Amino acid sequence: MIVNLIVIFMGIVLVNNFVLSQFLGICSFLGVSNKMSSSVGMGGAVVFVMVIAELVTWPVMQILNKFEIGYLQTVVFILVIAALVQFVEMFMKKYLPALQKALGIFLPLITTNCAILGATINAISYGYSYVESVVYAFGAGVGYMVAMVLFAGIREEKLNNMDAIPTPFKGVGIILVSASIMALSFMGFTGMFQ
Amino acid sequence: MEKKSKLSILTNGIIKENPTLVLLLGTCPFLATSSSLINALGMGLSATAVLICSNIVISMLRKVIPDKVRIPCYIVVIAGFVTLVQFVLQAYAPDINKALGVFIPLIVVNCIILGRAEAFANKNSVIDSALDGIGMGLGFTLALAAMGAIREFLGTGCLLGFTIIPNFSIGFFNLPPGGFFVFGVLIAVMQAATKGKALKAKGFSCGLCPMYNSCNTAEANEEVAAAKAAKAV
Repeated sequence: MIVNLIVIFMGIVLVNNFVLSQFLGICSFLGVSNKMSSSVGMGGAVVFVMVIAELVTWPVMQILNKFEIGYLQTVVFILVIAALVQFVEMFMKKYLPALQKALGIFLPLITTNCAILGATINAISYGYSYVESVVYAFGAGVGYMVAMVLFAGIREEKLNNMDAIPTPFKGVGIILVSASIMALSFMGFTGMFQ
Repeated sequence: MEKKSKLSILTNGIIKENPTLVLLLGTCPFLATSSSLINALGMGLSATAVLICSNIVISMLRKVIPDKVRIPCYIVVIAGFVTLVQFVLQAYAPDINKALGVFIPLIVVNCIILGRAEAFANKNSVIDSALDGIGMGLGFTLALAAMGAIREFLGTGCLLGFTIIPNFSIGFFNLPPGGFFVFGVLIAVMQAATKGKALKAKGFSCGLCPMYNSCNTAEANEEVAAAKAAKAV
């Protein structure tokens, strides 16, 4: 049981990293990773919302299946996530102002982040149990954060020195090529967990 | 806003404001589903179908939907059409549906579709919105197909499953890192060919997101905080 959970967690953090091998949440990955501080905040917010979204959507899916309307998954999940993010934001503002200060500004961005919806749909389609899917969502969030923080480090250190980069690659091109190299290095984990 | 001709609305999305290559929107499905040409076409056409339908419906409802809850309303409309497309694919193209997997339901949160709803269908007539949907959808499909063709050809030596060069394959291009790499090179080639004028988006940032104006971004939150502080004093 525990071993199984560890395999799921490590598998999604390293081998099937959400950003670098499954291409989920690329917009925010490339958009927010220009600063280390904001990537830590965004990563934290994604971990937080992903786990909460998974905690809620898994039981919701059981209800949908019970009434044999599983095909409404997409519509229901996106609405549940959107409402949840709003609710979490209001709750945090009232009761957890410190957490709100750290993560709050990134929360509204998350509703339309495909990583959240992707994690919840994936966990259902893999047929995970409740505990497994929560661990999966947590791992997916952590993987997103790891990729983003590493990439922010690279961008802050190396890509700010624009003189050495050929003109057509300046800006967007070099960011994508560096993301490619990072994805390549993450492929070294392939086959670690079967 | 000046009146545009119908033709310019249609062609706008294909070249001048190509959603992926010029505006850098919808990068997730662009990278994920371009590993082969057939997947790329499947994804492009599915997204186009959703985009046209949602643009038409949102344009019809633009006077009915209250401004404050417009984003959730758009999402519901889009999600409905995505479910329809999912049914069609399951029935008639189960292989493509399986290959695209989670990216079909994820059309719901595709920023191109939400972005067009917010930026165009919300303000324009039904016919204009439909044309805009067709143009943007085709632009997305063409960019995706180009990328899919390059990656499939270099990765396997095939196109649409037909062998072009036997025993030729550079596996890198079929794998996720290849997606980032080809996209980066494609943008660089485009920049070089147009002397840096092609790209409208100045690098990746929050400002790219179509939800930028309606979203509580860092700046907006700071403004709210500042206003509150001013009130308190």
